[in-house]
Amino acid sequence: MASGHVTKRAKYKTTIKDPGTPGTLRMTLEKILFVPHNPKSAGKLDVEFRFIKGQKHTKEGSSKPPWLNLTNNQNGSFIFEFENYSDLQDCRDFVGKVLAKSGEVSEKPTVTYPDEQLSAAEMELRIKLLREDSELQKLHKQFVLSGVLTEAEFWATRKKLLDREANKKTKQRLGFKSAMISDIKPSTDGRTNKVTFNLTPEIILQIFAEKPAVHRAFLTYVPNKMSERDFWTKYFRAEYLHSTKNSVAAAAEAAEDEELAVFLKQDDILASESRSKIRRVDPTLDMDADEGDDYTHLPDHGIFRDGSKEVTESENELYRRTLSQDINRHAAVVLEGRAVDVELEDTRSVAEALARSKQESSTKGESYGDTSRERLDRVSRMTEIEDLQAPNNLPLAPLCIKDPRDYFDSQQVNALRTSGDELAGTEQIKCSLSSQEVYGSLRESISVIKAMGLKDPIVKPEVAHQVFDALTQSISTTKYNIGKNPQESVLDRLPKKIKEELLHHWTSILELLRHFWASYPITTSYLYTKVNAALVLTLLSYQKLEAGKQTEGCHVTYLSTARVVLSNYPQVPFISSLLFYLLGSSDAKASYVWMEIKGSVPSDLRHQVSLLIRPMHQALDAAIQHYEADMQKRSARSGERPNGYA
Amino acid sequence: MASAPSKLYADDVSLVVVLVDTNPFFWSASSLSFSQFLSHVLAFLNAILTLNQLNQVVVIATGYNSCNYIFDSSSDLNQSFENGRMPVMCSSLLQKLEEFLIKDEQLSKEVPEGRIKSSLLSGSLSMALCYIQRVFRSGALHPHPRILCLQGSPDGPEQYVAIMNAIFSAQRSMVPIDSCYMGAQNSAFLQQASYITGGVHHKPQHLDGLFQYLMTIFATDLHSRSFLHLPKPVGVDFRASCFCHKNTIDMGYICSVCLSIFCKHHKKCSTCGSVFGQAQSEAASTSDKKRKTPET
Repeated sequence: MASGHVTKRAKYKTTIKDPGTPGTLRMTLEKILFVPHNPKSAGKLDVEFRFIKGQKHTKEGSSKPPWLNLTNNQNGSFIFEFENYSDLQDCRDFVGKVLAKSGEVSEKPTVTYPDEQLSAAEMELRIKLLREDSELQKLHKQFVLSGVLTEAEFWATRKKLLDREANKKTKQRLGFKSAMISDIKPSTDGRTNKVTFNLTPEIILQIFAEKPAVHRAFLTYVPNKMSERDFWTKYFRAEYLHSTKNSVAAAAEAAEDEELAVFLKQDDILASESRSKIRRVDPTLDMDADEGDDYTHLPDHGIFRDGSKEVTESENELYRRTLSQDINRHAAVVLEGRAVDVELEDTRSVAEALARSKQESSTKGESYGDTSRERLDRVSRMTEIEDLQAPNNLPLAPLCIKDPRDYFDSQQVNALRTSGDELAGTEQIKCSLSSQEVYGSLRESISVIKAMGLKDPIVKPEVAHQVFDALTQSISTTKYNIGKNPQESVLDRLPKKIKEELLHHWTSILELLRHFWASYPITTSYLYTKVNAALVLTLLSYQKLEAGKQTEGCHVTYLSTARVVLSNYPQVPFISSLLFYLLGSSDAKASYVWMEIKGSVPSDLRHQVSLLIRPMHQALDAAIQHYEADMQKRSARSGERPNGYA
Repeated sequence: MASAPSKLYADDVSLVVVLVDTNPFFWSASSLSFSQFLSHVLAFLNAILTLNQLNQVVVIATGYNSCNYIFDSSSDLNQSFENGRMPVMCSSLLQKLEEFLIKDEQLSKEVPEGRIKSSLLSGSLSMALCYIQRVFRSGALHPHPRILCLQGSPDGPEQYVAIMNAIFSAQRSMVPIDSCYMGAQNSAFLQQASYITGGVHHKPQHLDGLFQYLMTIFATDLHSRSFLHLPKPVGVDFRASCFCHKNTIDMGYICSVCLSIFCKHHKKCSTCGSVFGQAQSEAASTSDKKRKTPET
């Protein structure tokens, strides 16, 4: 296995159900080669390793035969069935090694988990998170790739992170353009009187959304009564009539052509909509009072529409549309957003989709069955008079002191008794005098000052100078030590490298502790015991690291604890490798790092650094203590059971 | 500020309520004699009154058995100088103080011996706050109030609740409590009071230079204070007293309903009457306790 290739007999299966083609599987550092025994069969395979993304395999003891599933980067997979599990293991280890070696791929977990079938999307999400957060990546590298935690465990505590990331993925939808449809200018060829309008499905959708009457007309007329081309010609003709502001001409044309009238008349759907909207306005609001004074009701107050001056004419009211109406409608539609998700291709489909979405929203909206009654309800609700209401009972119980006398008086008696005993020996002012003498002396000093008057120099200049010096010094030193900014912590004054080291140790310890405490209370499952053993070992290594003591005694206790753990879980092969890992290079390295930190910390900060480290140490101590107590309980309960769990 | 800024004369006019510790047991043992102390304080009060014509000073004596107002510059209208040795203001203050001490002594007969020698800080704090509230409500214009505690006697843990209540009420009405502690140990109450209300706490090193400390640290009005670098305490003693035995504790039990503090586990909260559930097993709680003990 140490060599650059591995050769095993195996069956190659294209799917799980496929009975498989028997043959020889040969893996080298570069490629996977499968040659069927029967040279005529089609199952020959030659894949380069760089296409392989990951591997899954069945577990020994499960009902499935020894399968190895290699996934490639096109989401395809190659399944090999081996003759026995040791063959599978060899191949698995080999693949893991090769994958780890191939740089970028090593980010992916080679520690796989039998019951964990990750979708590619989820995998991608995790990889993305790791790539974006270097801290997370460090932790992942330290714990998952080294096998202390499994991939699933690592991510189980970060479900929130994953969920948030997943939610972020939904694409932002495009809204309507804010340009108004009246801005669609026709192009003229300059020679004839013909004008050409270029309509895109997007513009059409916008027209439909803003003018429900046109939408309705399209659905009823096209294609039964007229062609789509005719429809739009009529529409723009009507628009043209509007833009001329010639309401007389508009009325005349409308009288001639029934369909054209549809475009020219006030949009009745819009009108009913706005009426229902008015019904939903706060009923206590008197809108009539406003109408006369409101300058916005003056038609357009002289704003140009399409560059032409508005001419106010009172007759033919029906065929007049004001710019403010257009603007308001446009604004409403833009704000409402686009609810249609169809690809904008065909006008017909656009119209139908819009109709569907409208239907949905209208069924969602309230029905105006007994609107008047509802209005009355609303009025009564709005004109509620608070004074006549019953007191609003908050769901809080006010603090009540059960017995104020007990609270203030009896406690004092209690206090007198205890404080008398406790403080008798401490800083009690040495008061050999009776209260009479004491009060006497106090009165005496008052009479002294009455007789003598104030001292002439109240403070001697030397003393005043001394006070000034002391005050100045204390102010300047606190300023130097604590810094101008009270938020600035000791961490900021440490060298950057040390700060980062410390923070990293903190996060990794927290990660370990989180897993450690999460696995209590221990059910007897194999997994949990394994996790605990792993965690405890790592914790021990950290504790040692934190203590920074490379003394013999410490090492010995550490080793013995490790041995105890090992003897408790002899059948966990993973522990032994972990033990090796901890006692071996990485541990020595960690200690070395710690020594380095200690050495490089400026002497005046050393104390503060140790203050920072103390809580880490305490947290670890608590965990270890808990673990040991738990182990003792366990061994007392099941002392006869040999070597823990079989 | 509880009052609108327009209600102030100007931002540099102050009302200083000085709480003077007149605990005879403390002064009989102090290195600074009471007469020296008084001369420092009297000079200081004079200085404050001369800093601004509109400044006002109120002095409350914090006695062993009682407290009382002993001076109010707004009511002592007799500003005439000198009746031989000192301003009239000082002599009237001393007169009142003497009367106060006599009354205080009369009260002391009833108090059992062996009591901790602390003065009634909670009472004088409450009186100061009452006075300030009256000023707030009295007229259209009033000076910036602040409280200065000149304290020497040790904390009385039995006053913990009352003092904390006073502190919080001062915080609410935005009255800073400055404190100058002249005793041997530092006072946790005063440290917390100044910390919570945004005042200055200081413990002078050279007591014979007390006047200099007072003038340097505590004389400036609140507005000017923002431009000055005043000495800051390195840390604040945040320890609380338990409600049951009034001991100062660094670790204890807290009622989850009313936040009362207890040094021992009780079945029922003595303040609000809530019944506590069964504590976890003994082993768990002891290990818990161990973990939280701060290392000193």
